[in-house]
Amino acid sequence: MEPLSNKRKAVDNKPLNLLERSYLPAIVKGLGITMSHFFKKPVTISYPEQKREFSENFRGMHSLKRDENGKERCTACGLCALSCPAEAITMIAAERQPGEENLYREEKYAAVYEINMLRCIFCGLCEEACPKEAIYLDGDIVPSDYLRKDFIYGKDKLVEAPLNQ
Amino acid sequence: MNTFYFIAFLSVFFAILVISAKNPVHSILYLILTFFTFTVHYILLNAQFLAIVNFIVYMGAILVLFLYTLMLMNLNKESEQPKSNLIKIAAVIGGGCFLVTIVAALRTFGHSEPVILKDPNLGLVKNLGKTLFNEYLLPFEISSVLLLSAMVGAVLLATKDPKTTA
Amino acid sequence: MALADIIIKFILVIIIFAISLVIAMYSTYAERKFAAFFQDRIGPNRAGPWGILQPLADGGKMFLKEEIIPTNSSGFLFIVGPSLAIMTACIGSAVIPWGQQLVIGTHVIDLQVADINVGILYIFGVVSLGVYGIMIGGWASNNKYSLLGAIRAASQNISYEISMGLSIIALLLVTGTLSLRQIAEQQHGFWANGWFSWNFFKQPLGFLLFIVCAFAETNRSPFDLPECETELVGGYHTEYSSMKLGFYLFAEYINMFISSAVMATLYFGGYNFPFMDLIHSPNLVAIIGVVALFAKIFFFIFFFMWVRWTIPRFRYDQLMDLGWKTLIPLAIANIIITGLWITFIRG
Repeated sequence: MEPLSNKRKAVDNKPLNLLERSYLPAIVKGLGITMSHFFKKPVTISYPEQKREFSENFRGMHSLKRDENGKERCTACGLCALSCPAEAITMIAAERQPGEENLYREEKYAAVYEINMLRCIFCGLCEEACPKEAIYLDGDIVPSDYLRKDFIYGKDKLVEAPLNQ
Repeated sequence: MNTFYFIAFLSVFFAILVISAKNPVHSILYLILTFFTFTVHYILLNAQFLAIVNFIVYMGAILVLFLYTLMLMNLNKESEQPKSNLIKIAAVIGGGCFLVTIVAALRTFGHSEPVILKDPNLGLVKNLGKTLFNEYLLPFEISSVLLLSAMVGAVLLATKDPKTTA
Repeated sequence: MALADIIIKFILVIIIFAISLVIAMYSTYAERKFAAFFQDRIGPNRAGPWGILQPLADGGKMFLKEEIIPTNSSGFLFIVGPSLAIMTACIGSAVIPWGQQLVIGTHVIDLQVADINVGILYIFGVVSLGVYGIMIGGWASNNKYSLLGAIRAASQNISYEISMGLSIIALLLVTGTLSLRQIAEQQHGFWANGWFSWNFFKQPLGFLLFIVCAFAETNRSPFDLPECETELVGGYHTEYSSMKLGFYLFAEYINMFISSAVMATLYFGGYNFPFMDLIHSPNLVAIIGVVALFAKIFFFIFFFMWVRWTIPRFRYDQLMDLGWKTLIPLAIANIIITGLWITFIRG
């Protein structure tokens, strides 16, 4: 059969000679290899200061989107919560009052929208389920914290910043 | 001289602790201390080489092996079998013979002329080597043969089946 | 001995003690840093610039952590273990000649704590005593992993002490003295009587045996079986925490420092350096000599670390095979060759 790469090497079982059996040449060679790495540039990225670029399909922290007029897109239909395999999303719907038209796009909106980041598995099913294109997992890595309750993110952390404050 | 009495007291004290300690590992640790006081005795006698060899060989090697063996054994109080009277009598007789030998040896030692007194620097490495390999060459070599035969004997005992190994 | 001499000796002891501790502290930092470099990483870099304060942070952590003494351990021996380990590590430095004599005014200062005429044997004694710290600690922990670690340490040390001693005997045949000061003086300069004056060039095989045994005696990788974490959790210090664990780790690094110093003194000329005869001020020679000795010591410490991150750990039967079946016969052959050379060639 034609070899796929040229890396194939026949194994020979010939006994080691005296010099090889003393292992000293092999040890010296190994020391040489580690020494060559000693002077290589480290590949470390010092994380909090230096960040690596995420790939295009990276799924990070959720954000609740606004439309082009700065109104919240979410209508609290609950499809995201329904689709969530980890049951991480809860919400409470409310009716839009007169005078709030510039805040919410539709008559119904989510008064409370919470995602438990410890439950979330970042599968992205919520953004697929959303009929209003209101939720996207386009954020950063979820930061660490000390208490479990602090991982339940409400609307204060999830909703995008208003367009022009 | 006061140092001597202090160290001698410590030697005897630790030696008594060796035989009175309940736990065999503690007993070995007291034995180490006893040997350490012996090292100090050698230094007091200006026998530096003997002191350091006692230190290396007895404290550093033999007692490590003692400790090693004792640590491997499961020496609980429950597993210790009561000694029969026959063994006790044999032990008393054996110890008595040993005591008689030591007393006899000490008596003859009193008449002999200790080499150390003639030359206080005998304990230094160079002088000791010269004495050992000139005047006492034969006893020295014989004792090395004795040690070799003991070693060969130990190896022979340790190999279980002579047919497979030979 | 005059009072001034006693004070000078006292200061010397304090300085050497402090240097050993500081070097041991920074060896931990260096080890982590070098390990990182060998593996294309950066290493500790958060505490101070380049992580230079990391040892202080580690020390602070060690002191402040909760100290746990297991209920079923033998309490007193549990404390004796690490104390003995660090004590035997520290007293080894007493006979190492750190440099030539310094002359200040009328005072002649020996840069050596004690020049006893059995210096090498003293080092051996201290090394052989070092295993007690590990053994007692491992046994007193009342833990099977600790006990296994202790037992491994004991048999490993005993086995490698033999070949170490035999490799030294060949060296003693060449030097004809047991005093480290005289051995260092014999290696004056770098070139004498048509051959290198350092003992390494007279005893290359002996040095190879010695360094292998030194790795085994200090329980350094590739012979770190007593604390082999893949098999024995943490080896003899599994049950230790807080500063008692710190003492064990510290003792290992001090041992590394001392054995580097011994290797430098015995085989690499100690405080001697090439072209030292061209400098005429004795004090300057002494000071450069100390620097040269420390340069050699640092190289050996680096070598210890270099090997640690290169060679994988031996299996236990391989370790024993190497010690008994390879190193001891080689050491005996080395003695015979050296003896023949001295009798027939050097005369």
